[in-house]
Amino acid sequence: MTDNSSNAPTAMERFIQGILPENPTYRQLLGLCPTLAVTNGLKAALTMAAATGFVLLCANVMTSLIRGLLKPHLRIVVFTLTIATFVTIADRFLAAYLYDMSKTLGPYIPLIIVNCIIICRCEVCASKQSVWVSASDAVGQSLGFALGLSSIAIVREILGTGMIFQFRILPVQWPDWVIMVLPPGAFFTFGLLLAVVNRLTEPGKK
Amino acid sequence: MDWIRENKIMQAWLVLTIALFFGAMLAGVQIKLGPTIEKNRRNETLEKVPALVLGKEGADKMAAENRPPLITPSTITVDKIGRKVYYNVYAVRDKGELKGYGIKTNGQGYADRIELLFGLNPTLDKITGLFILEQKETPGLGNKIVTDEWRSQFVDIPSFPALKVIKGKASTSGEIEAITGATISSRAVTDIINSAVSDLHQPLMNAKDN
Repeated sequence: MTDNSSNAPTAMERFIQGILPENPTYRQLLGLCPTLAVTNGLKAALTMAAATGFVLLCANVMTSLIRGLLKPHLRIVVFTLTIATFVTIADRFLAAYLYDMSKTLGPYIPLIIVNCIIICRCEVCASKQSVWVSASDAVGQSLGFALGLSSIAIVREILGTGMIFQFRILPVQWPDWVIMVLPPGAFFTFGLLLAVVNRLTEPGKK
Repeated sequence: MDWIRENKIMQAWLVLTIALFFGAMLAGVQIKLGPTIEKNRRNETLEKVPALVLGKEGADKMAAENRPPLITPSTITVDKIGRKVYYNVYAVRDKGELKGYGIKTNGQGYADRIELLFGLNPTLDKITGLFILEQKETPGLGNKIVTDEWRSQFVDIPSFPALKVIKGKASTSGEIEAITGATISSRAVTDIINSAVSDLHQPLMNAKDN
């Protein structure tokens, strides 16, 4: 449970990896519940990404601080407790200061508790590496998650409403593809974007 | 000393310690943010009341003329068999004239309690509108109770006889169309309104006579 093995990734490597090479949405396919559920608008997607990022950062730092005391068979309990606490804090905070957003996201904020990105990072990185490395890892993964969510949200919001953040992007004549902001639109968009990402990153392809 | 090391409680000392620590942290957060959250919820209620009672146009017009209606909140306690039920009632007045009531109430939905706000006219025989404040119904099915489309069925309909939920097309204005796949949620909302209307009829009539 220490980070003195020479082949453990450094803080910078962890940070970079989270953004694209190990992007939580497109490469690890983790945390798909919020990815599909709250990406019908960019604002909701960014709020969700920020809340998840906050929880991920706090959980990673906390886990890393107590990593020397963790017992293998009790570690999952500790991770879950840690994550649930910070999710509750994020939930209360949104309800106090971003009330409308908290109502829009509804149950999906408490559901961050079961977002597997967070427990995955606790297990893979924070329970083995130093606080600094874990924090960079959390920031990298959060940026990657935000990138994943906002890319889907941008496509869905533009095609579904012709607007983004209340700014009209497509001409008024655009017949809003309502299905894009409904649940099926999430699957269409995610599937197509995933195919594009896979195509672009196919090994040996230039 | 082996029995100490083998003891399950001793092994879990870290879990117990951080559970206590996190519990204290959450209590702190709740103490700090609780009042703000409560205020947000109250403001939301007060914002919705005029439109529910006066209709959207009426409320917008008053807001544009910068003479918001006077809203007087009160709590009415109704004695039911073996228990007490509380209702938050918001009386809406314009230039001293009673325009109607906004009523906040809650009841069991399909997933969790549903909290809602509905409007009644001054003579209590018409429901003037509905707004869902809090619900955790199934996303995609039951949570359609919040949509304008479904709620528009509750605008200007007779409050007596009790509202009835039907599957398929409603033929008269006392009937509410169930959401496909969410009959329980639809029925829950309607039942909550029906029981509030029957509970409050007497107390509100008495209050007006005084």
